[in-house]
Amino acid sequence: MDLTQGTLKEKHGRAKKMMLWFGIISLVMSFAGWTSAFVVSSARPDWLKEFVLPNAFIMSTVVIVISSITFILAKRALKNNNRQQTTIWLLATLALGVVFIVNQFQGFQQIIDLGYYFTGAASNITMSYIYLIAMVHIIHVIVGLICLLVVIYNHFKQKYNATNMLGFELAATFWHFIDILWVYLFLFLYFVR
Amino acid sequence: MSAHADTHDHEAHEEHHHKETFITKYIFSIDHKMIAKQYLITGTIMGVIGVIMSLMFRMQIAWPEEPNVIFEALLGKWAPGGVMDADIYLALVTIHGTIMVFFVLTAGLSGTFSNLLIPLQIGARDMASGFLNMVSYWLFFLSSVIMLISLFVEAGPAAAGWTIYPPLSAIPMASGGSGMGMTLWLVAMAIFIASSLLGSLNYIVTVINLRTKGMSMTRLPLTIWAFFITAVIGVVSFPVLLSACLLLIMDRSFGTSFFLSDIFIQGEVLHYQGGSPVLFEHLFWFLGHPEVYIVILPAMGLVSEIMATNSRKPIFGYRAMIASILAIAFLSTIVWGHHMFVSGMNPFLGSVFTFTTLLIAIPSAVKAFNWITTIWKGNIQMNPAMLFSIGFVSTFITGGLTGIILGDSALDINVHDTYFVIAHFHLVMGISALYGMFAGIYHWYPKMFGRMLNKNLGYIHFWITAICAYGVFFPMHFIGMAGLPRRYYTNSNFPLFDDLANTNVIITIFALIGGAVQLIYLYNFFSSMFFGKRAVQNPWRATTLEWTTPVKHVHGNWEGEIPHVYRWSYDYSKPGHDVDFVPQNVPLKEGEEELQH
Repeated sequence: MDLTQGTLKEKHGRAKKMMLWFGIISLVMSFAGWTSAFVVSSARPDWLKEFVLPNAFIMSTVVIVISSITFILAKRALKNNNRQQTTIWLLATLALGVVFIVNQFQGFQQIIDLGYYFTGAASNITMSYIYLIAMVHIIHVIVGLICLLVVIYNHFKQKYNATNMLGFELAATFWHFIDILWVYLFLFLYFVR
Repeated sequence: MSAHADTHDHEAHEEHHHKETFITKYIFSIDHKMIAKQYLITGTIMGVIGVIMSLMFRMQIAWPEEPNVIFEALLGKWAPGGVMDADIYLALVTIHGTIMVFFVLTAGLSGTFSNLLIPLQIGARDMASGFLNMVSYWLFFLSSVIMLISLFVEAGPAAAGWTIYPPLSAIPMASGGSGMGMTLWLVAMAIFIASSLLGSLNYIVTVINLRTKGMSMTRLPLTIWAFFITAVIGVVSFPVLLSACLLLIMDRSFGTSFFLSDIFIQGEVLHYQGGSPVLFEHLFWFLGHPEVYIVILPAMGLVSEIMATNSRKPIFGYRAMIASILAIAFLSTIVWGHHMFVSGMNPFLGSVFTFTTLLIAIPSAVKAFNWITTIWKGNIQMNPAMLFSIGFVSTFITGGLTGIILGDSALDINVHDTYFVIAHFHLVMGISALYGMFAGIYHWYPKMFGRMLNKNLGYIHFWITAICAYGVFFPMHFIGMAGLPRRYYTNSNFPLFDDLANTNVIITIFALIGGAVQLIYLYNFFSSMFFGKRAVQNPWRATTLEWTTPVKHVHGNWEGEIPHVYRWSYDYSKPGHDVDFVPQNVPLKEGEEELQH
């Protein structure tokens, strides 16, 4: 594909999508930093070899995967110019995103019930990592929710249609990213000891 | 298709003629040319501060613990009776490193020339997102201000070295500078990273998407290739520093033990256990090493362009130059361990890092030879920009050769953390990148300000700077090999180093002269802005697109349509043409073949 062709608007649309993708690469690199620090630290004598991830994290994984699917359905409905369905699926995604965050905090509560705090004398380094990684991921989910709110607002203002949905697509890409990111983090924390 | 596109370009052009106020033009500008100038001025101010700091601690090293009125005036309570305090010495070393590496040679160099040249040389009206570009500059400005504020906190600025290794950086009561000074350092750097990422994302997508018609990737000037790859390295490596900083903040303020193990401070046992600072070193140098290429690659790009233009010859080995930029960028991410040979690393791992490190010599040598063969038998125009470019190749080779010594773990262990290392990296990335930046400023000043810099002052600036740079850093190799450790406040307590005291005085005298001569440059820079000779449209008779724009800046860069590109950017002295340069927007003559090396 010759990227020097196209109108200014097409070029800028492409540029914005690509900017998001490179931004995602940089976010992936920061999580690669934390997860590789996790791997390096697992050689420490005070590392917890035997721990079970709280059940709430399994629930939250299911919830965020479903939220990605609802976002895909919303996009499909928008492409078919079915406004009402788009609204329903977008709101469902928003609700699932909030449920995800609530679930994560339940997970933290379950870890605390096991007797591990984030910091201080009653903390453990393994759990500190899990708290930290999950918290930073939650921050990204909150950013995703803000994007989603903007999309919903613009949708109510009838800004998107089947041919003009750049903002919608950008938000969807970011949302799928934080979904895949959490699935990766979950599998990583589940299998890497 | 093309008719449609043309009308659209025309519309876009019309859009750009809205009215500008002082604030939207000079302060919150979204025009890439203005943002480039903002970066340059901010970077210059930071550079002056960084250089003054280095001169102060050089004076302390040359005349240890002697009273000095300058210290008394500038350092106040940190120099009781004019004698520099040891804590502020360490702080000056730390902040000098931070400011020069990040604020001058990363943001000042990349920020200035990527912003100025990317849209102009690829044929775009502006960056992909002018707004993010503006945000990027103002975040940089904010982080500069915070870094400068940290100089004035009561307990002193950060003093853990620019590499901020824990535990010195992780425990607030470890030293004076570990408290508020370190916190502000971390805040400033977090904002700096955000700024750098926004800038890099913009550069990447602009180069990929906004090129004018005909500007294929293999017709791009090497400057653009260098800025592009630099931005990619930045996007990949800066986030890892952010990860490390977050873990460090957790250790500092929230009591986790990522990097800290059992520590006593002032008789008190802290609760930390089990952590390791070596983990921080790994994370830090995963950024830290690519960072030196973030500093040097843009300078390499600028120098390639200036050398070809002023030799009136095509760049030698254009594709080899691109390949070596790519190879350097790739290798830069897998060599960080060579900074940690003495950290207790497994010797086998050390030899792996030695291998990958020495591999970098290959693409670096390709570039050095290509520059030399570019000027070989050229019609060389010895203007200040060209002199600084040649100076760049000189210091890059000198510093690069010692890099081979330091990259080898068996040799590095002997000179680790001595002045030999200081000499190496100051020549290969400090002075070289600075020369690249000066070369770029002398060359593109007419594009930035519409006036020419004074040539004679430029010659004086170059020659005295060049002599002083070698005068400072050449002797450092010897005192380093003699074993003098870096970062020591005073060497007078060690009879072993008494012989080196005179060498240190000579180094400092060269540093003082070299610092003073930069005043000539600053005078030239600021006075030429108003009183310099007016520039013509294409003063260096160069082929690239930025010289087809009008001298007076217009928003949107070109008055009419964006020029189309028909040839690569190095058609100098092409046979069959009357002049010794053919701009990229000149269509091929009948029967003329496109040259590509």
